[in-house]
This record gives sequence, C-alpha cells and structure tokens, in this order.
Amino acid sequence: MVSHAEERLPEKSKGQQLTGDSLARFAQKNASQLGIIGVFIILWLFYFFAAPETFRSSDIYAAFMLSVPFFGIVALPLTMLIIAGEIDLSFPSIMAIGTITFIEVFDITGNVWLSFFACLLAGFGVGALNGLIVVKIGIPSLIATIGTQFFWRGMVLVVREGRSAVLVEPKNSALGDLLVGKINNFWPAQVIWFLFIAIVVWFLLNRHVFGAHVYLIGDNENSARLMGINVGRTKIILFGIVGVTAAFAGLLSSLQVANFFSTLGEGHLMTTLASVFLGGTSVFGGVGSVLGTFIASFIIGSINGGIVAVGLTGFYTQLIYGLIITASVAMHTILRKRLG
Amino acid sequence: MSDYRLELRNVSKSFGEVQSLRNVNFQVGQNEVVGLLGDNGAGKSTLIKIITGYHRPDSGELFFNGEKVENLTVPKARALGVETVYQERALAEQQSLWRNIFIGRELRTRLGFLDVKKMREETNRLMLESMGFTSAAVSPDSIIGTFSGGEKQGVAIVRALYFEAELIILDEPTMGLALKETHKLLDFVRQIKKAGKSAIFIDHNVFHVYEVADRVVVLDRGSVAGEFMTKDITLNDLMHKMYLVAQTGSLEEPVEEMIGDEAE
Repeated sequence: MVSHAEERLPEKSKGQQLTGDSLARFAQKNASQLGIIGVFIILWLFYFFAAPETFRSSDIYAAFMLSVPFFGIVALPLTMLIIAGEIDLSFPSIMAIGTITFIEVFDITGNVWLSFFACLLAGFGVGALNGLIVVKIGIPSLIATIGTQFFWRGMVLVVREGRSAVLVEPKNSALGDLLVGKINNFWPAQVIWFLFIAIVVWFLLNRHVFGAHVYLIGDNENSARLMGINVGRTKIILFGIVGVTAAFAGLLSSLQVANFFSTLGEGHLMTTLASVFLGGTSVFGGVGSVLGTFIASFIIGSINGGIVAVGLTGFYTQLIYGLIITASVAMHTILRKRLG
Repeated sequence: MSDYRLELRNVSKSFGEVQSLRNVNFQVGQNEVVGLLGDNGAGKSTLIKIITGYHRPDSGELFFNGEKVENLTVPKARALGVETVYQERALAEQQSLWRNIFIGRELRTRLGFLDVKKMREETNRLMLESMGFTSAAVSPDSIIGTFSGGEKQGVAIVRALYFEAELIILDEPTMGLALKETHKLLDFVRQIKKAGKSAIFIDHNVFHVYEVADRVVVLDRGSVAGEFMTKDITLNDLMHKMYLVAQTGSLEEPVEEMIGDEAE
C-alpha cells in the first residue's frame, strides 16, 4: 500500500524526476535478476580477496567454464518447464539414456553424426513421454518423473549390465571437437554451447509465442484453456525440450572424460534444480528468468572450487551451498512479496 | 444475412451422470443483447462454454450467421467474432498488461516471434483511449496483479473490444464490482448495442440484466424455462417468475383449484 502511494507521487514533478523514476521502475521490474547478479558479484569479490592468487589467474575461470555447462545446459529449458508449473526429476537418467543410445548406435554404424542424432532423438522421445504421462494420464509431474527417473536409470543398467564404456574414438572425431574441443586452446566449446542455448531459450521464452504461452500456462492454466491455448501440446513439447538438452548435456559430459559411467547425471539433480530456483524462478509457476538461471549456474558451479581456493576444506562445501541457496531464495521471495 | 448471429438447435451436454443441458434452443439476433438468467447449476456456464468452443456438445447444432459450424474450438470461435469477458478470472496475474491484452492472439512476425514493440504501443494506446489509465504508475509493462478489481475488469473488456468482436459474452461481469464500476459496465453493454453488435449478458442480478437486455432467457436445470422481451414485462413480474422457477421449476403460477383438489 505504502509503496503504491509513493509511486504515484512523482506525477507532479515529472520533468526532473523522470530519469530517477524510470530507473526505479527498471530496478523494480528486474529486482530478482539484479538481486542474483548482486549475489554473484559479492561472492566473486569474496573469492577474489580471500584467494587473490587463484582468482587472478585464468585457470580457475577455465575450470568453471568447463564444468558448469554440464548441469547449466539442462537448467535452461528446465526453467521454462518450471515456469509452466511442471517439473522434471528424470533428466539425470535421460542424460545417461542419451549417451547409451549414442554408444549403441556408434557400435553398429561407426558414424558419430548418426549416433549424435540418435542420442538427441532418444532424449526428445523420453522427455516427450514424460509429457504424455503427465498430460494424458494426469499424474503430477513431480511424481511421474520420480517414476520415470528410476525406470530409465534401470534401463541403462539393464542394457549396459552396469558396464562403463570408453569414448576415446568419438572424442577425437570432428564431433568431439565441436562439442568439447577448445577454442584458441582456452575456451571450452561447451561454454559456447551453454551461451548459445541460453540465448535460444531466452528468445523462445521472451520473444516467441511459445514462451508467451509457457508463462500464461504457469500463471493461470484455466485462463490459458479459455483463451484457446493448447496447454497439453505446449507441456509435451517442453518436456521434450528438457529431454533433448539433457541427452545433449550427458553426451558433452561423457565426451569430456572420454568415458561413460552408468551413474552419469546422478550428481546433477540437485545442482541443476538449485540453479533454477537460485535464479529466481518460482516453484509455483508463472515467473522466472533465463538470465537468472544462467548466472545462478555459475554461482553453484563456483562454490566447490571457490571454497577450496579460499583455504576452507571441502567439508564446508555443502554448508555454504545451503547457506547461499536458502538466502537467495529467501531474497527472491521477499522481493516478490514486496513488489507483487 | 441471417436473422440470427448465433443459433443453437437442440443442444445437449452431459458430464458423466449429470445432464447439464437438455435440448436447448437458443438464439442471439444480429443486434441484440440477450440476458441469460438462471440459478447455480442451471447450465449457464455450460451453454457459454459451448458457444466459445471450450466444450463440444453431445448432440445438437450450432449456426453462426445461418451457417452450420462443426467442431467448434476456442480459436475458431474467436475467428468467428466471439469474445468473452470472463472478468478477472481469465487474467494472468503475474504477467504484464500487454501480455494479458494479447493472450492467445499475440501479434507476431515471421516464425512466430512476438512483435513486442507493436504490442506495447497498442497497449499504450488502448490504455489512454479506452481503459482510462492516466496514472504515471501504470505502463504496458505493469503487472496485472497490482491493479484494482475495476481496473482488471477494464482490461478484460478492452481485450474483448480490441479484436473487433461481433458477439461479446459477459460472464457474470458485475461480480465483486463497486457500484460505480457496475455502472460503467452497464454503459459498456449499451455501447455494444449502439455499435451494432450483439451480446450475451449473464448475471445473477436480475436488475442489471433487465436494465440492458433486449430479451431475457431463463434457464432452469438444463432447459430453457422461458423467454421474455424486456419491453413486454415489468421488472416485478420478471422477478416473480424467477422466484417461481426457483421454487417449482415452472414459470406459471400453480393453479389454485388444482392444489385444492389434491388437498381434499
């Protein structure tokens, strides 16, 4: 109430206050994103002053750029899915499904491109199947994807009989260079992919009809139906997109180490979800930002290395994770309450 | 041109065991405001949702301007000029004003990309010309959730008008409105009539419906119980009939002697 009255005051002295006014409006509109950028800068300053040696060298940044995309890439479309009011907990298993599809097709054909295509197709198919189960049968996605997460992990174990696989040949192919090579011997290709996918998802969400419907479905699904939006189809496509990027990220991760383990993706569930929520996306749907998720991925990804660099033991990692995640999500909630 | 902008013939619709509509015949003239009255569960909402393409009838036919329409969907109904003011219930509270105005009909460039600039400009124009927002605090990027009930209603109405609707459906639009806002709404219905368009006005409040409708259709338990031209019936009579329907399911006064006979 008070803030509303204050907002309307500047009407009288429009001329002088116009710039201040529009600046305030910009800050208000983007409070969540500015907040998470603030957290990012504070955290970086802390690292920088606590461990100047490490953070003045480019090595640590190269390491972050190498590892963050493995979970950050999935966090981007997952942001869209959560904005639409759904969730997918099965993506770690889809990461593994994608890579075993790659391995099996590569064993048969010896063609990396065909195998790559099959990997993405499998990811999309398994993702879209999640969507079908949620939309057509009507199981809440939280529960449905707990089920499919076990099912597809089980499928990986059965098909591979728990065996790992060596991926040296694909890694040394042109596809390997394209996905996980180094540009100028410094920039990891996966960070370029991360950036590229972030830009594509941003456009899809903010400048495309598809994204407009995603926001609307998450905000008021009933309204979306009344206004003639095909809610079911939109959700199935969203689950499919999460699936295809999960398969892609899984393959990146496997090619990076030239190895496949049947546990692929298992460590990424919490970091990926944390990136989405840390970035300011609401678990209730309707609100969220791709930029927030992008930055939050780097915050999450930097904690482990950062903590060790500043001289704390690895035992502190989870403590600091918990602190930053809880504080940031509290910040988003408070900002939303005050401005909403 | 057909006499009727919209005609429903023998429309029935059930949800599981519940028969929501039973052989309903319903028409809206080319420049007519039809009031739809009925108690809770009379079938008003179902009827509206069939007209807007949200539900498909189990049997019966729909005609728009005399032409039969099969498999009506929401986008199809909107293309035929049907717009619905669901009041604030169909607004996306956490989204901006411009996104709400263009829900489901986003202005787009090639490949489905949004023409955000155009939508912002149009929203700004509508704000100034039609919605009466003059406060500097409101912009096309304002979040709808911060608006008052009347302001939200204004948004819902302007949204219906912007797309040149031929038949505007107002689904309980006065619910939760202040007196002044209700007046504005009734004025708006009169404007629809003046502009040569048609409207279906649904409300619990007989006073509001009587004031603006040319004809009143009374629904009861899924059937049309009767219809009246408002010029041929007084408000008192109409209210009395509504009361009778609620009590007995019939518009006619139970005949005194009959009751006497039964009592004997």
